[in-house]
Amino acid sequence: MVDTSHMSPQGNERIVNEVCVAICTVNGSGSATANSILYRALFRMGILTSGKNIFPSNIKGLPTWFVIRASAKGYTGRVAHDDVVVAMNATTMQKDASYLQDGGVLFYADHLEKPEIPDKNIIFYPMPIKALMKQVEVPRNLVSYMENMLYVGIVGQVLGIPEEVLKATIDHQFQGKPAVAESNFNIINLGFQYARENIEKKDRFYLEQLPELKDYILTDGNNAGALGSLYGGLQFCAWYPITPATSLVESAIDQVAKLRKDPKTGKNSCVILQVEDELAAASATLGAGWSGLRAMTSTSGPGISLMTENIGLAYFTETPMVIWDVQRVGPSTGLPTRTAQGDLSMIYTLGHGDTKHVILIPGTATECFEFGWRSLDIAEKYQTPIFVLSDLDLGMNTWVTKRFEYPNQPIERGKIIWEEKLESFKDWGRYKDIDGDGIPYRTVIGNKSEKAAYFTRGTGHDEYGNYSEDPKNWSNMLSRIGRKLGGVVKDLPEPIIRRAKADADIGIIGMGSTHDAMIEAQDLLAEMGIQADYMRVRALPANTAVREFIASHARNYVVELNRDGQLRQILSLEISEYSEKLISISEIGGLPLTAAWTAENVFAKEKHNGKNR
Amino acid sequence: MEKTVELNSLGLALADYKGKPSTLCPGCGHNAISNQIQAAVWELGLAPEQVMKISGIGCSSKSPNYFLNRSFGFNGLHGRMPTLATGASFGDSSVKILGISGDGDTASIGMGHFKHVIRRNVPMVYIIENNGCYALTKGQFSATSDQGLVLKHQGVNLLPPLDLCMEALISGASFVARTFSGDVKQMKELIKAALSQNGIAVIDVISPCVTFNNRDEALQSYSWGREHEAPIQGISYFSRREDMRLENFEEGTYREIELEDGSVLVLKKIDKDYDPTDRSAALDLLTESYKNHYFATGLIYFCEVLPTIQEQYDLPNEPLNRLTSDRLRPSRESLEAINVSLY
Repeated sequence: MVDTSHMSPQGNERIVNEVCVAICTVNGSGSATANSILYRALFRMGILTSGKNIFPSNIKGLPTWFVIRASAKGYTGRVAHDDVVVAMNATTMQKDASYLQDGGVLFYADHLEKPEIPDKNIIFYPMPIKALMKQVEVPRNLVSYMENMLYVGIVGQVLGIPEEVLKATIDHQFQGKPAVAESNFNIINLGFQYARENIEKKDRFYLEQLPELKDYILTDGNNAGALGSLYGGLQFCAWYPITPATSLVESAIDQVAKLRKDPKTGKNSCVILQVEDELAAASATLGAGWSGLRAMTSTSGPGISLMTENIGLAYFTETPMVIWDVQRVGPSTGLPTRTAQGDLSMIYTLGHGDTKHVILIPGTATECFEFGWRSLDIAEKYQTPIFVLSDLDLGMNTWVTKRFEYPNQPIERGKIIWEEKLESFKDWGRYKDIDGDGIPYRTVIGNKSEKAAYFTRGTGHDEYGNYSEDPKNWSNMLSRIGRKLGGVVKDLPEPIIRRAKADADIGIIGMGSTHDAMIEAQDLLAEMGIQADYMRVRALPANTAVREFIASHARNYVVELNRDGQLRQILSLEISEYSEKLISISEIGGLPLTAAWTAENVFAKEKHNGKNR
Repeated sequence: MEKTVELNSLGLALADYKGKPSTLCPGCGHNAISNQIQAAVWELGLAPEQVMKISGIGCSSKSPNYFLNRSFGFNGLHGRMPTLATGASFGDSSVKILGISGDGDTASIGMGHFKHVIRRNVPMVYIIENNGCYALTKGQFSATSDQGLVLKHQGVNLLPPLDLCMEALISGASFVARTFSGDVKQMKELIKAALSQNGIAVIDVISPCVTFNNRDEALQSYSWGREHEAPIQGISYFSRREDMRLENFEEGTYREIELEDGSVLVLKKIDKDYDPTDRSAALDLLTESYKNHYFATGLIYFCEVLPTIQEQYDLPNEPLNRLTSDRLRPSRESLEAINVSLY
């Protein structure tokens, strides 16, 4: 079966820079800062790492987990078991400990009852949290927060994070607040020194310093998306709070004053407006796009449901706007704090009547930045709504990701025409296909030419925007819009293809945030004797490279986090001549994909399919 | 003999402010509103290009096609005119917004947006063409239909009406008026005043539906309106103070209201001394007029203008939609600094 030896702590040799640590706390206790310090410390040691926050839809009191996976090999997808558990939550401790394998490590606050883990060889490190806290004076409201800092010191010391790395990480975390940095470090150091003097290391997990990860940064996809939009010349964003999309706009709010002061006047060149609901958010974004502004809104599945009518209007009136969907688990309210890839089918043809939309699907935080500015360019060039499909895992978790690259092309405003250019047309009409590419020229409010105005409507209209119920006119209009969007494919990001080390008969296909798990699954499959090429689809409609990849493999396993295999369904329709080559592997439970599950399923299906050949 | 065409201060004829021929029913109250809008904009000497028309869905919302052909227009979604206007208002805030809606559009499906666009104080004239029914779907009750109203296929309306002026007042509008398609002189003066205001101005125009809701006893019928209209003031609008002809007004019988662009509204007392700057008095007036079956029209409420939504943001004076790309993309160095901070 699946060889997970690199993850399993069997045997006696040291396991260096390959460890999965689950920190189990109560939400609202202030563990986020402690966890991010541990995470960042690993990053600063040069180890590729991921940090996933598994949290409840709750503010205070329910269990929450932060899972750090360090892997010098770069395997940073989720794994279904833990090597190290840091148990700070009495109510979940027994279950948390059960995810440990033989040779696993349990750090636990010693005022909590030590869990029973029969039939497994577990190394226990009790942490005298309460006793240590008695040695320091901490304001009452900071006690639980500082208790978390203690485990940072203890766990860090036992696993081998150097003291100076913890110190540097703290200084970075609390830049400009030396007093806060000092008081935090004092507590961490208390734990660190306690462990150095009192804990005898019996486990086999070691962290060792590697060369600096110079080309990398630590950030979440939502922050990256917000920054990408601001570098893309975003001018207007109307929005309504919803998990997990809220932090995208909040990042933009934080950055707008710093980044978007107009160099000429010193005034703001970007407006961010919280409105009364998602209908309003989509409608105001549409109004802004219509008025000639670079406009975007950010939401999650339930918000998309509410925005649908407005997005259909944008499609048919050919108004540019960008919609970020940071997916969570649906249907309905679903699991608001868990991740999924279940909105793809809904979005692709969102709205009544004939519609089809362009979707960009970033798979890394760096791509969230890039698609942030690119989406605004594509929206304006093609005068249509553009979706950026992210998810909770990518959007809200912090990732070790490639540095942001400055946009490599100027801002694309498309065919907006002002007074002078308009005068050069003999017979301009808002929906007239003058260039034969299906993309008409558009004027916007404030244009002072007598000829500039037109009447925008969601009802049937002719090339000049006049009301029309003429069947021929309707079908021409819709065909032209279809033709226009046919042209967009050349401007969409190519898929990422990672070839197997030997000739591969089969392909595995994924999208979005499952990227790390898919790469690991590809390597696991190779170890199991199955060579598979991997392709990550980064946009729909699919382009030729996607078609060729599918065509060139006997079987393609499409792996995704939803029930019905939505990407597989869409590819089967779009590339119908090869639909038999597409096999679905999908699951939905709210957690990120694991490589082991993926490899097992491909392996099992491949065995079956191999026989049938 | 050649007829001379009258021109406004821009040298434009009223014909330059016309729209497409109306496709609404002959006699529809909304056509009277379209006529008064184009007359008001023409008389004010506003270039049609300096106005945009935003509407929702319904008979009322079709009407922007029938005036100001040279103005940009957007006939959007049912109930979403206020939010569409909110977004569009940021593109070029020098372009004045005429928001056209109906009672179905505003009092039902778009009620939330109506209240919030007022709360945001988006600078616009918000005209409700209120006929007390759904007409484009052929005669259903709306939220402003009177309790007890009988419609052909609907039977008796069981629910009391909402008063949109009252809703506007409670939401914090700084300009609230009610007028009547049968009183075009008053309507035009109010539209001019609303266009001179920098902030949201709500005008609820009772505008009969001649096809589905014009029976004598209906609150929004021509005959009920004509019989029961009780203007609270005589209204005269003057673009400039120097144009005021006060010899027609007797001392102590009028009140002057200065609007933000320097124009003046003269309100002539009619029966009693109504103070349109007193919000409680305005609410009392609306309550009493409904209770006692009279139709109070005029400037119901006015206060000093509040900061508009654009004024709440520190934006450049020039139109945002004309900022060139080099002013929209932060520098390469700033991105380098971000990369460093995220290491």
